[in-house]
Amino acid sequence: MQFPSLTPTDPLLRIDRVTKRFGAHRAVDDVSLDLAAGEFLCLLGPSGCGKSTLLRLIAGFETPDAGAIMLGGEDLARQPPHRRPVNMMFQSYALFPHMSVAQNLAYGLQGLGLSRVEITERVQRLLRLVKLEGFEARRPDKLSGGQRQRVALARALAREPRLLLLDEPLGALDRALREETQGELRAIQRRLGTSFVVVTHDPEEAMALADRIVVMDRGRILQAGPARDLYEHPATRFVAGLLGDVNLIAGTLGLEDGATRGVHTAFGCLRALPSLALADAAAGTAVVIALRPERLQLGTGDNTLSGTLVDAAYLGDRVRRQIRMTDGTMLRASASLPGNPGDAGIGQSISLGFAPDAAWILPA
Amino acid sequence: MSVSTARPLGRWLVRALPLIWLALFFLVPFVITLKISFSTPATAQPPYLPVIDWSNGLQGWREFFYALDLTNYQMLAADSLYWEATLSSLVYAAAATAVLVLIGTPMALAMARARPGLQPILVAMVVVPFWTSFLIRVYAWIAILKPEGLLNATLLKLGLIAQPLEILNTPLAVIIGLTYAYLPFLVLPLYAVLSRLDPALPEAAADLGASRMRIFCTVTLPLAMPGLVAGALLCFIPMVGEFIIPDLLGGSETLMLGRMLWIEFFSNRDWPIASAVAVLLLILIVGPVVMFRGAEERREEALR
Repeated sequence: MQFPSLTPTDPLLRIDRVTKRFGAHRAVDDVSLDLAAGEFLCLLGPSGCGKSTLLRLIAGFETPDAGAIMLGGEDLARQPPHRRPVNMMFQSYALFPHMSVAQNLAYGLQGLGLSRVEITERVQRLLRLVKLEGFEARRPDKLSGGQRQRVALARALAREPRLLLLDEPLGALDRALREETQGELRAIQRRLGTSFVVVTHDPEEAMALADRIVVMDRGRILQAGPARDLYEHPATRFVAGLLGDVNLIAGTLGLEDGATRGVHTAFGCLRALPSLALADAAAGTAVVIALRPERLQLGTGDNTLSGTLVDAAYLGDRVRRQIRMTDGTMLRASASLPGNPGDAGIGQSISLGFAPDAAWILPA
Repeated sequence: MSVSTARPLGRWLVRALPLIWLALFFLVPFVITLKISFSTPATAQPPYLPVIDWSNGLQGWREFFYALDLTNYQMLAADSLYWEATLSSLVYAAAATAVLVLIGTPMALAMARARPGLQPILVAMVVVPFWTSFLIRVYAWIAILKPEGLLNATLLKLGLIAQPLEILNTPLAVIIGLTYAYLPFLVLPLYAVLSRLDPALPEAAADLGASRMRIFCTVTLPLAMPGLVAGALLCFIPMVGEFIIPDLLGGSETLMLGRMLWIEFFSNRDWPIASAVAVLLLILIVGPVVMFRGAEERREEALR
């Protein structure tokens, strides 16, 4: 974690067993989550998983049916949105179309007891922060998508919130601009030290942005942790598949005999690291081995498999191979260049291997 | 080949259709009315002079044009009754428009904020009364407002008043009638604009610390202005010339241009002066509206 000085006992934001129902549907189901001051957190999940509802609960646009949301030790339940020291950047940006950029930025500063001069100064500072000096008189409809995104960010930061909520902040940008903006967003967050909670459905974006990723599905938190933990040690098949491509090899658990454990599969006994949920699981439990394509290597290893090469695609920075196993399942192996000179051709048999600590045993 | 020539013709027709419609049902009647307003009343069929003598060719036309004059307009200008009627029409229409804005804005807001499933029902509730005859609905107001009517009976029974209220045949009755009859024309355009507003905009304003009142004044109202202006004009313009409501609810004392026009046309059978009143009414309404729209457009341009 990036903020080791902060202990989980004094979080900036504490979400305590919050449930939100829409009719019979539980949009957010008994969710608990702590957020440290200065932390950059991503809520990741498919659409309808409850991540946006959770964000709206924090902002105050929805009220929880059960549970409490505390900010700096204070219960937010009684505070309407306009009294909360939390600001939100909307997915649609929600810029006021009838106001100039400067008027949009100043909107949140009016009513704070600032003088006209102070407001102008803060607007200028915000414009510098998002590199939009000289655009103060423009109307939002005369800005590009990227400029609008930056105005929305600056407006949400205007009141210097302790916590900034961002709903799909980069969703409307094209791919090239998104990568550039990810870096800017991180730089601004680091500079201001404000806590950010970003909602996104894009795993790559979550990994690029966040100190910690919270994976949600069907209103519940499946797993929370730094990107590396989630990618290398996913708790479930869902998390494994969400964060990137993964090979899943079904089998049954062998006897417990050390840090790694054997799994009986169609390709023989393969060894891998058991996930926490399977630490004390009995032999014979149905499991899957989750193996990232880049950890499946050509040639033999501690675990050796063999199959037929079906396809090899050159992708510039790597070669992706598809291998059909003897039982018909397809595995994907991704190797960085240069390839092995003794490469097999399409249709030829091929040997593959992986290290026991490169794979992860998950509940089936 | 027939296809390639027919297509542009068809397209031309589609584009010209609104213009043809306007020319047939607005421009031609207007020119005829304008012509009659320059004529002199006569006991004849039609009841005015001059009439173009077609048998005389060009000479007939020349005589016709020489016989036209501005006498009717001079009469209008000289008679203070017409000025009073003009002013009173504008005051009635303005007052009713103000009441409409005050009632219609909260109505449209409530409709736009209702559950999506409920909104078509609310729109229908605004529109459905207009499926019955306009006259019947105005007569119903007579039944409500007259001294022994529904309103007075209810208030007397509740002990709120000791004497029946004099509402029918007063300016108040005219305002009530105008407000009732024109409410949908204000509510529907306003609702159309409000329901299309991004719901994130008021949320963003609240998120930035704005109270409900400030959100309404600084975000909702400015963005709803086009709908509000359109609705207000849609009500104000026909209300200035309204005839049935002041005639039925306002009594014989009510001074409104629509009534004056009716009296001149049907009671006095003075077509030329009635036409002059109609032309005056048109100038009175169209002039300011065109100017207002022009100013609005320039303001929009300047802001960009």
